[in-house]
Amino acid sequence: MTVPEKIRADGVHKVFRTRRGRIVALKDVNFSLAEGRFLAVVGPSGCGKTTLLRILAGLERCSAGRVHIRHDDPAKPATAMVFQEQSVLPWMTVRENIGYGLRLRRAAPDHIRRVVDYYLEVIGLADFADAYPYQLSGGMKQRVSVARAFAVDPEVLLMDEPFAALDEQNKMLLQEQLLKIWEGTGKTVVYITHSIDEALYLSDQVLIMTAGPGTVKEVIDVNLPRPRDIGSLRRDPVFIALFERIWLLLRQEVLRARQQAGDRTG
Amino acid sequence: MDSTLQDEAQELHRRRWDRVLSVASPLLLLALWEVLSRAELIDTRFFSRPSWILTTFWDLLVSGELVRHVVISLMRVLVGFTVAAVPGVILGLTMGLFRPVRAAVEPIIAALYPIPKLALLPLLLLIFGTGETFKIMTIALGCVLLITVNTLAGVVNIDPVYLDVARNFGAGRRDFYLTVALPGALPVIFTGLKLGMGVALLLIVAAEMIGARSGIGYMIWTSYQIFDLEQMYVGLLLMAFFGYVSTLFINLLERWIIPWKRS
Ligand SMILES: Nc1ncnc2c1ncn2[C@@H]1O[C@H](COP(=O)(O)OP(=O)(O)O)[C@@H](O)[C@H]1O
Ligand SMILES: [Mg+2]
Repeated sequence: MTVPEKIRADGVHKVFRTRRGRIVALKDVNFSLAEGRFLAVVGPSGCGKTTLLRILAGLERCSAGRVHIRHDDPAKPATAMVFQEQSVLPWMTVRENIGYGLRLRRAAPDHIRRVVDYYLEVIGLADFADAYPYQLSGGMKQRVSVARAFAVDPEVLLMDEPFAALDEQNKMLLQEQLLKIWEGTGKTVVYITHSIDEALYLSDQVLIMTAGPGTVKEVIDVNLPRPRDIGSLRRDPVFIALFERIWLLLRQEVLRARQQAGDRTG
Repeated sequence: MDSTLQDEAQELHRRRWDRVLSVASPLLLLALWEVLSRAELIDTRFFSRPSWILTTFWDLLVSGELVRHVVISLMRVLVGFTVAAVPGVILGLTMGLFRPVRAAVEPIIAALYPIPKLALLPLLLLIFGTGETFKIMTIALGCVLLITVNTLAGVVNIDPVYLDVARNFGAGRRDFYLTVALPGALPVIFTGLKLGMGVALLLIVAAEMIGARSGIGYMIWTSYQIFDLEQMYVGLLLMAFFGYVSTLFINLLERWIIPWKRS
């Protein structure tokens, strides 16, 4: 029994032309992801993770190669993105932000209200429905941006280090919450992180990228049963073994990335 | 809990004090002027005296003359300003959203922008004569570039991630204007409107001095011609009041339209 493929990247290259010359961000990226699976992407910073996600989101075009996302239900958007940086619109209230995607899709107002009310409850911001982003903490804003992406009910959810800027406790709470919302939706997820812990806690597969120009170094299956408990997971021998394996692979790339940076400045 | 309330009370108190000060200081200045004038430390042939000006003000007010001039000036500024703001904002947003439009229009604006607006008056007189259109167009043309340039700057300043958010959720052209470019640029647009209001006040006086039979500018110019110093001062004070009220109005409008701004 094989699950149908949802995402496929074939020989994806991305070159940025800048005033200081060409930057090869991605070089021959190939992978595929089955429907309903949670993929974590790790790699040294600057290796092209965000670029890859933006290509999947259709915000950037491949310089060569192609990505394909199977879009089954035309009533739903193929993808929705949670951005790495603060991306909650400052001029809209929490309610308007969560409903923003639905509004752009011309959903009926009472449908929007229902969905928004549901997610306000889920992310625990019902009391802040009419607050503006400047009145929220960083963690609250990230919750709004996650809710905004879930609200349009996309087939694929693209998340770019959504909790990276948060403190450890908030991060753990939000990861827990994310799994709770995600489980049962059957959504395919691509989740970028620089934390191996986070990758192992959340995902079914971890894709490790090389130092820039980024390409796929290895994809590792995370055969840890769900539901996972963030507290006891770290003592699980399978978790420990996976952590070490990923760290060894990642370490080489982080060192290479540092060396490259040194070459450029030195 | 208590300390929060105390903070709030303190903040309220501070705000009230600010307001008192901002009313008291101009009144103090007027009192000083009156005293200096009575002590003949300043020449009343040029600087008159607040109490005389007040009397003239009262006479003009009772005769209805004053209201007529103020209302007509106000109408001209408002209409001219609106005629400038609507296309100015739309053009600025379009230039900010679409690179080719910006590339095509920006050099034209850069060439026209440095022309002192007053230099346009003779040309506008030729084109429009001395009717209402002349006054309105003077103000509109004087402000439109300022508003366009500030709107453009406002759009350019918007964090590109917000445009990505809109694109990612499938925004159409209208959505880019109404849900990102306009709200995102509003704070800078208001800076432009404030600057534009200053220009508008300058231009309305100039236009009314050379081509009008009414308005505050006209009133100031005729009082010079008949050497009615008090009436001239009434005109000047009205202009000051005018400027003050218009700034107040724009600030209120800003707070009402931009509730998401940290104050
Ligand atoms: N719009 C762009 N223009 C030029 N260079 C870019 C652009 N976006 C990303 N890059 C470059 O591409 C490389 C990969 O960037 P990115 O995908 O953001 O990496 P990561 O998310 O893994 O940290 C970096 O060297 C970055 O400087
Ligand atoms: Mg990144």
